[in-house]
Amino acid sequence: MTYTEIMVRYGELSTKGKNRRRFIGRLQGNVTKALRRFSNLEIRAHRDRLHVILNGEDSQAVMHRLQQIFGIQNFSPSVRVERDMTQVRKMAVKMIKAQYQPGQTFKINTRRSDHHFEMDTNEINADLGGVVLDQIPGIKVQVHHPDITLRVEVRLDGIYLSSETIQGAGGLPVGSAGRGMLMLSGGIDSPVSGYLALKRGVDIQMVHFYSPPYTSAKALAKAKALTAKLAVYGGSIQFIEVPFAHIQEEIKNKVPEGYLMTVQRRLMLRLTDEIRQQRHGLAIFNGESLGQVASQTLESMAAINDVTTTPVLRPVVSLDKNEIIKIAQRINTFDLSILPFEDCCTIFAPPKPKTKPNLMRTRHYEDLIDVAGLMKEALAGIKVTEIKPDDQFLTQDQSEINQLL
Amino acid sequence: MIYFDNSATTLAAPQVLQTYQQVSQDFFGNPSSLHNLGDRAAGLLRQSRQQIAELIHAKPDEIYFTSGGTEGDNWVIKGTALAKRQFGKHLITTAVEHPAVKNSMAQLEQLGYQVTYLPVDEKGQIDPADLQAAIRPDTILVSIMAVNNEIGSIQPLAAAAKILRQYPKIHFHVDAVQSIGKGLLSLLRLPRIDFLTFSAHKFHGPRGTGFIYAKRGRQLAPLLTGGGQERNWRSGTENLPAIAGMAKALRLLLTDEQTKVKQQQAVKDKVYHHVAQAPKVTLFSQDNSDFAPHILCFGIAGVRGETIVHAFENHGIYISTTSACSSRSGDISGTLAAMKIADDVATSAIRISLDENNTLAEAQAFNAAFDKIYARFQLINS
Repeated sequence: MTYTEIMVRYGELSTKGKNRRRFIGRLQGNVTKALRRFSNLEIRAHRDRLHVILNGEDSQAVMHRLQQIFGIQNFSPSVRVERDMTQVRKMAVKMIKAQYQPGQTFKINTRRSDHHFEMDTNEINADLGGVVLDQIPGIKVQVHHPDITLRVEVRLDGIYLSSETIQGAGGLPVGSAGRGMLMLSGGIDSPVSGYLALKRGVDIQMVHFYSPPYTSAKALAKAKALTAKLAVYGGSIQFIEVPFAHIQEEIKNKVPEGYLMTVQRRLMLRLTDEIRQQRHGLAIFNGESLGQVASQTLESMAAINDVTTTPVLRPVVSLDKNEIIKIAQRINTFDLSILPFEDCCTIFAPPKPKTKPNLMRTRHYEDLIDVAGLMKEALAGIKVTEIKPDDQFLTQDQSEINQLL
Repeated sequence: MIYFDNSATTLAAPQVLQTYQQVSQDFFGNPSSLHNLGDRAAGLLRQSRQQIAELIHAKPDEIYFTSGGTEGDNWVIKGTALAKRQFGKHLITTAVEHPAVKNSMAQLEQLGYQVTYLPVDEKGQIDPADLQAAIRPDTILVSIMAVNNEIGSIQPLAAAAKILRQYPKIHFHVDAVQSIGKGLLSLLRLPRIDFLTFSAHKFHGPRGTGFIYAKRGRQLAPLLTGGGQERNWRSGTENLPAIAGMAKALRLLLTDEQTKVKQQQAVKDKVYHHVAQAPKVTLFSQDNSDFAPHILCFGIAGVRGETIVHAFENHGIYISTTSACSSRSGDISGTLAAMKIADDVATSAIRISLDENNTLAEAQAFNAAFDKIYARFQLINS
């Protein structure tokens, strides 16, 4: 079947009242970005649908990308024919035949946006139903629970037929909920948190702490590769790398061992919050899941969160590790996350971190280092990269390998 | 030159040698090294594994690289014997296996394991009922080759798999060395089969490398312990040039496999129908679907196989007496003996074995040479 367009139905945003136009605009922008490499496409957003006109592009590849865009409830590949019932009848039979298995039932579902067409909705339903019954022996009509629903839409520029509805990713268009910072380590949890934030429409920017020479270029490349996996959902993501080694050295030097981790985390959160403010974000996301490790007890969270009043959102806070892994596998971040490179959290990890740090003591120990000066230095060393879904990190020159194998 | 001895070994493909050389020079780092050179090598190793897995419809973590078919057979058999010895010490195999299987079994017998050798019929095939009868509560392994290397018969793996479905704990190993690229992949990938052994030099890959398929969840004790390569199952620095070359050879082999199989079958049929007309010829292989498309074994009554091999050699045609591995020792073919072929007939056996590059013109030339040789030995075989 050669489809001419894909009809996209909006998700939850249909119910969002006055924000609706903004949401649709955002979704159109995201769809355009995600489908950038198909140069012949035309994308038209209307109040209730979005139409992707294929102009000869590969419908399967386009639909594969559409399935990853948040804010889409479902979509149907459609064929446009001239406003001529002979052609409509032919196409209707062809489309149903392509799907029909013996014993199945069908229904014709017509809509007219052009009410001047020679036949009305019921006439078209009856006409096409009759033709299909004639030409496909054994098929039956079933209007309540049909196996195949052929949708026919009469518009000014032609008549559109579709018989398949494919589930979209749901959620809200990325960016429609505003901007947030994601603290991305390189482990399993933070990319999953990022995915869940994207799903609810947050335009996330990655904040990654790296500590050369304690962490390798590979650890940084891994974080970027993870970002590329998540960029699929929003088109592109800003990746902000923050040099953290000097801060860690200072903390290691001056803070008692039990509080190393807590103070480090406070500095990370302080820096992220500062970056958030500079970049007009509204919230901070991280991959903390309650009780997994020392830094993720409620006491620890309280002692760390103490540095800011900005909402710190933890999408995976109540998920079990297995549930997080399941999502990570589904969004293709798991295999990357488990690559064994040292990251900034592991290298200065004390052998016995306090699982229940005392808030007063934490504040006192933090005062032992020059917080303002160190932060200023780190912020001055920030590097920002825009990462797109197809960007390659951690991989070698694939053409060389392809030629070898 | 006409090379009809592809079951002994094959000519390495030029593209494979190119890969071998390039990897030796440009990817010489040890895949376990932490630095960039190691990374590059590890990446190539990973992708080679992935490509091989995809080609045989397996998962990358089910592929383990070895030094070839002999190691693969030894490993699965002895590795099972070690890993499962608390569950039993009984193994089942056939009377017509390659020596790598047969002698691994013999070694285990000396260590107190018991082995049942399933007999074969005149086609060299086992009877599934014999397998059923041989299974005991303490059976830990069944090892059956897919294609016999001497006469080319295909063992009834589907029937064996069906029986073994009732005994899910028994390891089921198939020596697939002679069967890859011969249109038999769906047979090899029967869901009940747990282990497969492959060897690269039988499909235009480099010598000294091969791989086993080991189904997820099946345990095998390592035979080579050391640095923990191959997920701790097979230590030793990976032979990356050979592994990458093998991945390439396998891809080339399985491209247009059906066409290549048809071609080999046509060449085999042409020779088969020609030599079958000679009254003094005994055919050990057949031309039906119980036999692989690339192996044909027959003998001229009264003339030793070795004599015929050299006679063909004088015509620039390279064939062998049954299996190359045992032909130098002058032993009688194990397969033919198991088929209860009389010794004096069995000593006449020669084997031609084809690859996808053999042509009908070569079959024609072979047949012409055969006629001359047949006439030459008329005096002694009458």
